[in-house]
Amino acid sequence: MAFEIPRETNTGSIAEITLGATSEQGGTRSHTLTLGGSSSLPFHFFEGEQPHPPVVAMEVFDSVPTKYPEPLLDYYRDVIDNPGEMAKKCVEEYGAELISVRLEGTHPEKGNKSVDEAVEIVQKVLSSVSVPLIFTGPSHFEKNNEVMKKVCEVTAGENCLINYVETDNYKTIAAACIAYGHTLVAQSPIDVNLAKQLNILLTDMNFPADKIVMDPLTGTLGYGLEYTYSIMERIRTDGLAGDKMLAFPMLVTPGYESFNVKEARAPQKDYPDWGDLAQRGIYWETATAVSLLVAGAELLILYHPQSVEIIKSKIAEIFAAEGGE
Amino acid sequence: MALSGLDIFKLLPKTNCGDCAVPTCLAFAMKLAQKKAELSECPHASDEAKATLGAAGTPPIRLVKIGGANALEVGNETVMFRHEKTFFHQTGIAIELRSSDGTESNRVKIQAMENLTVERVGEQLTADLFFVTFDSENGEVFLDTLTVIKELSTKGVILNCQDLTVLKQGLEILKENRPAIYCEAKPAEKIYSLAKTFEASLVLTARSFEDLEARSNAAVTADLNALILNLEAAGFGKKLQHNTLLRRSALQQNFKPFGYPLLTRIKGATPVEILAEASLQICKYGSIVVLPEYDQALLYTLFTLRQTIYTDPQKPIQVDPKVYAIGDPTPDSPVFVTTNFSLTYFMVSGEIENSGVSAHLVVTDAEGQSVLTAWAAGKFDGEKIAKFIKDIQFEQQVKTRKIIIPGLVAQISGDLEESLPGWEVIVGCQEASDIPSFIKSVELT
Ligand code: SF4
Repeated sequence: MAFEIPRETNTGSIAEITLGATSEQGGTRSHTLTLGGSSSLPFHFFEGEQPHPPVVAMEVFDSVPTKYPEPLLDYYRDVIDNPGEMAKKCVEEYGAELISVRLEGTHPEKGNKSVDEAVEIVQKVLSSVSVPLIFTGPSHFEKNNEVMKKVCEVTAGENCLINYVETDNYKTIAAACIAYGHTLVAQSPIDVNLAKQLNILLTDMNFPADKIVMDPLTGTLGYGLEYTYSIMERIRTDGLAGDKMLAFPMLVTPGYESFNVKEARAPQKDYPDWGDLAQRGIYWETATAVSLLVAGAELLILYHPQSVEIIKSKIAEIFAAEGGE
Repeated sequence: MALSGLDIFKLLPKTNCGDCAVPTCLAFAMKLAQKKAELSECPHASDEAKATLGAAGTPPIRLVKIGGANALEVGNETVMFRHEKTFFHQTGIAIELRSSDGTESNRVKIQAMENLTVERVGEQLTADLFFVTFDSENGEVFLDTLTVIKELSTKGVILNCQDLTVLKQGLEILKENRPAIYCEAKPAEKIYSLAKTFEASLVLTARSFEDLEARSNAAVTADLNALILNLEAAGFGKKLQHNTLLRRSALQQNFKPFGYPLLTRIKGATPVEILAEASLQICKYGSIVVLPEYDQALLYTLFTLRQTIYTDPQKPIQVDPKVYAIGDPTPDSPVFVTTNFSLTYFMVSGEIENSGVSAHLVVTDAEGQSVLTAWAAGKFDGEKIAKFIKDIQFEQQVKTRKIIIPGLVAQISGDLEESLPGWEVIVGCQEASDIPSFIKSVELT
């Protein structure tokens, strides 16, 4: 018997989510980006469609992260405390397709920046780059609500990606997203059922189903990647099998997670077998990103310019081979 | 595809002679179907029955071994996704050595490979194979390199040598070490006989499914079955698709020509590209990756990724239950306690480290479960923690008499104080990420 391509077809497909808004659409972005729309597992063009390539975002900060490793800092030393300029550098020099502004400095225990200070940074980045934007709030319920409500308001009509809500704290921010026309990240702790439950809660409050991006919570290489990887594969398989409450594009954060762990920060003199530190950080982030890309990630927030370059070039390579279908 | 009892019955003599120690052919067929008997127990089975049932009896993806005492085993996978069961035989990592680089340069790499063993959560991680390429004027360096490998290492070898005379000499050197022969193109007849003589496995390379199928069939016809497939593809997406289709056809269609492990020679313009390509193979069905260079940081990253993907999803990764020193703790430093689920340990130890405070981290044996799960299962309660601390005689090692427990199990604090007289229990924060701010906010010792 001769080989025949074993195709599998799916009944479901992933929701298409558009980020950003141009002036015709009531925003100020130069273009929009669309995620999702696949009717098969990632890059299985032989049995389904994937109309939109995954996209790569980079991240800027309202306050310099305490754990930002030296080899990474070498790329950003001149702009690290200037989010507007850093965003520009990420877009113009390193090819970021979106910018995430991390507002962790508003956390009561991590600087307690005021809502007004956050708004000022948001507006700075909004005017310094024209790509669609992601705003990432602090890991603190009340402060996250307070900051994000205002961020949603001052960026009304821009269709930003507001990052994030979770099961125990979603109403305020979700309502603000509806009111000001933004898209929302629904984050759940590496669990298929909890992810689904949150999406149900959101749609139950009439949150539009074409405005949800899921964050299954990234564990980086060596620190829970095995869980994230498999949960994402399961979410995607269930979504394609027709479970609409799991059929949303997925966001992952290999940059934030990878550069937070020892492997991306410990010098080789402390761990001789681990090899060169500067290279190791890039490798750690890239390996995490590659694995999550094949597990179904559509939006990757990366930190290192070299990781960004390689992941973008591999995505381009995949889609070039398909003639952009 | 597994044959049913009835399918098997049709192939048997149907004489019910009883020589198989089962009264009827039908009963014997049922036992065969349940894999409780072997066809050889029926002395009257036809050749057709042997051929058909023999094929049904082999796993959909054959297990292939490369190497002698320390052989790498690849193949024999049963699922498409690790969450369906687990992936069994982790991707072998090979480093390429070229004869054009000279024996001395190769010796250095061989020694480095031999010395490289990294411990990670209780496992020793190493590279597995040498891929030796003959690309110089004469065979001397190639053969010398093999001799050095034999001298210094027990790792398996894949030979990439298009000169059959040199190849044969190389196989002589590696005689007892079950090497593999890499065939760049359609193998010459002579290669089959060499493979047979030296019990070598054969890596078959092709650029299309059709050619690969033809080469696989030809090798089987030549009576070889230790095969490894190398389907060359241009581009990241095509590689993912090809590997997926090969595994699917083997597992779901029981398509024999593709029922073998997969090998890829990794190419990349930069080290990061090599890392990205190799990572794809580890995630998506690559059985062996051949790296063009030795790069320690890259190997460590790939080792960790391979461990990640091949970990049994049913069994959490555990760290050894003991007291871990974070920073440079003294007998007066604070004491934290948590479970031996690797992720919990990594997060807690990482965050204590981030706080800049030196501390003792007591990691109890909770069978690798996270704090809440272990508590719910009765594996992380006051009594268990107290017993652990007493068993390891921790009280003699520190002067501190305050112990910080995870905020998620605040309810065990009374119980723990009772079981551990003289100690004050402090309820810590719920999330590891809050440890640095928690440390600032309380009197820890
Ligand atoms: S030995 Fe073979 S022929 Fe005889 S009863 Fe058993 S299966 Fe049938």
